[in-house]
Amino acid sequence: MSEQEIDLKKRRFLTNATSVVGAVGVGFVLVPFLSSWMPSARAKAAGAPVDVDISKLEDGQLVRVLWRKKPVWIFKRDKDTVARLDTLNDILVDPNNEEPQQPDYAKNKWRSINPEIAVIIGICTHLGCSPTYRPEVGAADLGGDEWQGGFYCPCHGSKFDLAGRVYKNTPAPINLAIPPYHFVSDTLIRLGVDPKV
Amino acid sequence: MKILLKTLSIVSVFIISFNASAAGGGVNLDHADTDITDEASLQRGAKSFMNNCSGCHSIELMRYNRIAKDLNINEADMAKNLMFNAEKTGSKIFSSMPVDGANKWFGTTPPDLSLTARAKGTDWIYTYLRGFYADDTRPYGVNNHVLKNASMPDALWQSKQDKSELEFNREVRDITNFLDYVSEPVKLIRYEIGVKVLGFLFILFILSYLMKKEYWKDVKYGKWRAKD
Amino acid sequence: MDNNKNWIDQRFPLTKVWNEHLAEYYTPRNFNFWYFFGSLAILVLVIQLFTGIFLTMHYKPDAANAFASVEYIMRDVDWGWLIRYIHSTGASAFFVVIYLHMYRALLYGSYKAPRELIWILGMVLYIALMAEAFMGYVLPWGQMSYWGAKVIINLFGSFPIVGDIILEFILGDYAVGDATLNRFFSLHVIAIPLILVVLVFLHIVALHTVGSNNPDGVEIKQNKDENGIPKDGIPFHPYYSVKDIVGVVVFLMIFSSIVFFAPALGGYFLEGPNFIEANPLMTPDHIAPLWYLTPFYSVLRAVPPMFGSQLPGVLAMFSALLILIALPWLDRSKVKSIRYRSWPYKVALGIFVVTFVVLGWLGMQAVTPLYSLMAQIFTTLYFAFFILMPWFTSIGKTKPVPERTTEK
Repeated sequence: MSEQEIDLKKRRFLTNATSVVGAVGVGFVLVPFLSSWMPSARAKAAGAPVDVDISKLEDGQLVRVLWRKKPVWIFKRDKDTVARLDTLNDILVDPNNEEPQQPDYAKNKWRSINPEIAVIIGICTHLGCSPTYRPEVGAADLGGDEWQGGFYCPCHGSKFDLAGRVYKNTPAPINLAIPPYHFVSDTLIRLGVDPKV
Repeated sequence: MKILLKTLSIVSVFIISFNASAAGGGVNLDHADTDITDEASLQRGAKSFMNNCSGCHSIELMRYNRIAKDLNINEADMAKNLMFNAEKTGSKIFSSMPVDGANKWFGTTPPDLSLTARAKGTDWIYTYLRGFYADDTRPYGVNNHVLKNASMPDALWQSKQDKSELEFNREVRDITNFLDYVSEPVKLIRYEIGVKVLGFLFILFILSYLMKKEYWKDVKYGKWRAKD
Repeated sequence: MDNNKNWIDQRFPLTKVWNEHLAEYYTPRNFNFWYFFGSLAILVLVIQLFTGIFLTMHYKPDAANAFASVEYIMRDVDWGWLIRYIHSTGASAFFVVIYLHMYRALLYGSYKAPRELIWILGMVLYIALMAEAFMGYVLPWGQMSYWGAKVIINLFGSFPIVGDIILEFILGDYAVGDATLNRFFSLHVIAIPLILVVLVFLHIVALHTVGSNNPDGVEIKQNKDENGIPKDGIPFHPYYSVKDIVGVVVFLMIFSSIVFFAPALGGYFLEGPNFIEANPLMTPDHIAPLWYLTPFYSVLRAVPPMFGSQLPGVLAMFSALLILIALPWLDRSKVKSIRYRSWPYKVALGIFVVTFVVLGWLGMQAVTPLYSLMAQIFTTLYFAFFILMPWFTSIGKTKPVPERTTEK
């Protein structure tokens, strides 16, 4: 018995095996703890789709709705406003929506399902403030003639047009995001659910 | 080890002999004999609960969509057949009764049943629901063996009339089973996870034990063997 | 690698600490089963701190929301149930481990000179742990939380003249309420854990200064070889670190079995009535503290009120706890380990263990005349163990203690 081999190779193997299996165990243990930081069932229930009735929305009027604790703007653009969206391409960063800031069904020049009804998440893509609605064309403090109506972020001066597209030479890097939504009927929007294909 | 065994045996003899003398007392409860893994029973229980109980009792720690997911009920079916008191599937399950109405009708607010199975046990629920008997002195003409002067009417009276005793017991057992699930929804999954965890630990045990033995060879006959 | 180590060592004694406390900390070679519980206590402390931090992220210390927030953790938070069950099981596991750790000290005389300070620090740890557990038990704000808090806090009201003021001071109100819950939360998650961590540190520093005792009660430092290494010592690392890992895995297997298969452990770890929200208008049929406090609760109930005051019982309860601190000076025996003690000590220790368990069991039962009488008898036995200790440890014939540790 006393002359039994001390096998260092075997010892090293067992040490490594135990360490690896132990490390895997620690990895498994971390999963529940990290998962507990994800939105809970309560947050998910509170972030459930929101229905918005737009039957009383007038031209130019904007309503703010809270969806998943974020402000969502829903506003009505008249025919002239929609037409003006075409004229801004030179002064916008991403006029053709190359960045994936909108669902496919809103990847068009007015960035919406229905050209007249805009649905935009009202959070500046710079640092997260909520820009103000400045629909008046030619507002002197926002560049005069060049300003075709849009949104102005008071925090750092980013500018967006009425489709949420960002102006060149302002701090925000990309267009405002469009949430998933669809029309349940002509006058009812459901925020948070894509249209059925 | 010898001391451990001695200590354990002395202690256990005492505990056992005391517990033997302390058993009994209180109302005799029937064994509910529910099976939380019986999904069909849970589904029947959910339906029965929504139809017979949810008018007065909330289970407000529970959400409709959680039940749908856990019990494999389609959310659309759930919304159509079982959601009487809410519009969104993520909602908590409230009763349809206004609080002041409850106070007027029953003299008390019917309690929320989310945790009843944990607080009182499944046997209690099973025996209570089957424990109503006619008593003309009570406002609803019934009294209960388990909870004296309960202010609740015999909500399952119709079932008791229509069904055989066997079927009625099964319905009550299903409701009890459902309430057991409601009191601790993770009961459905924790056993399964536990088996996996123990399996993993067992592998780790074998490895670490072999590792320990390998290292301790130093102590038994290697460089750290007893000197002198 | 070596360069980095040098860089640190010039600025912080990393290698020195590593060697002094692990690689060249010489530990008796003859540790047995009972020597697992020290490292297991550290493990449980870490588990409790870690799970506690995560529970604090979701819990609301507010009388109106506390109960619901615990159930929110149990249901709505992803994996919250597991974190909570680990924490609730950990509380009881902590006491299981600590009681076995303390029993080990009784078996092998680990509290005797030169280890009195380790024992005292350990006892302070034990008392702090009781406070920690008690306050933690209030947080779920169930019926047992509420009424348990009420009963225990009322103990402090039994002091003459100042009792009422002390009560209101502790409660921050005229009854257990939101203010009480909020301050208990603060103490439970910050103050006492900090104290526990510091005390554990001191406990270990004191231990490593004098070195570990062992089942033979032999001082290994009295027999050193030419290099100054105790002949009966082996380095803690890797020998006891790999051994403790086995202990940890076995412990985790038992622990997980409870967490996953019986988290309430038949009402011993989580009590049924605590799943009913605190209701100041209705006391549960039967209230008792959780199992780890019941021996002292029994002592409290065993002493009848005198002069219209509950004070004697309260004093008896606190004495039962504090008298443990005097143990190193009550024990007059020349030998440490039970292996070489005289028979009177063995008998007395046996009776004491039974006494402690019976008191614990009685503390969970509703009061009946028989149980009250039993509680009184066993309370007497409990104190007799300490009061008679100077006598029964100095009589009888002890066996000769070997020079060196014995191999098994």
